[in-house]
Amino acid sequence: MSAVQHAETTITAPDGQAWFEIIREFDAPPARVFAAHVNPALVARWLGPADLEFHIDVWDAQTGGSWAYSSGRGDDVFEFYGSFHEIRDGERIVQTFTWRGAPDAVALGIATFEALPDGRTRLVNRSVGASAEERDAHLAGGMEAGVVEGYAKLDDLLVD
Amino acid sequence: MAQLSRTTDADRLSLVFSALSDPTRRDIVARLTEGDTTLSELGASYAVSLQAVSKHLKVLEEAGLVSRSQDAQRRPVHLEAEVLDLMTAWIERYRRQAEERYRRLDEILAEDDASAKARKRATRRGAAS
Repeated sequence: MSAVQHAETTITAPDGQAWFEIIREFDAPPARVFAAHVNPALVARWLGPADLEFHIDVWDAQTGGSWAYSSGRGDDVFEFYGSFHEIRDGERIVQTFTWRGAPDAVALGIATFEALPDGRTRLVNRSVGASAEERDAHLAGGMEAGVVEGYAKLDDLLVD
Repeated sequence: MAQLSRTTDADRLSLVFSALSDPTRRDIVARLTEGDTTLSELGASYAVSLQAVSKHLKVLEEAGLVSRSQDAQRRPVHLEAEVLDLMTAWIERYRRQAEERYRRLDEILAEDDASAKARKRATRRGAAS
């Protein structure tokens, strides 16, 4: 038997809808994948963009808790924050997500950790925005500086 | 140079988003995926003046989403599918970023697994001695 091959991350983003889903399977049981989402020391090691500095200010992963982090390079720092609406141990994380540069846009993130055979996990991360346009801007923006530029330009355009 | 093309893409994307923020324009784009049409054909489909439809087309043209041939008298409206592919490109970019993050998570999970197995071995050794 060869080592378990992972399917790569897939994204489902139907046209004209306000939601998209990121799906990925992991070679570890739900409890461990979940732990890597709630333990700030672990989160800090994988969540940030590879080519930017990443700093977690708050990661209070409990129902009613909050989170805040920033990423950037030099003077270009992008701050993100939100609340943890529900933390259900080993099963589900519901949180909000906002980039400080576009405070009117908020996405709801619903992550479910599904147990698969052989101690594996399927993580389904659904992001729901207020409108299809907001969802598209989120997807186009990603979480990195490059997009944020595009996002800021979109803001300027909408202000005109 | 890469920087320049990225900024150009961002500008273009902003125009595309702005153009698609209007439901009538989204509907026009959806209609054009089925084939070219004309201003008068479009005008008959919406409860707005021909002038208003013409304005919508102008916004879509400026965003590069549609083109209208200059020579033909009918001036058919044509969907520039390549621009819509720009959205596909952004989604692919987002997907790759997610995959990069999740590969780092894979490594963390593999480490945890290795240390758990090491602990198990140590426990077994402890029990055997």
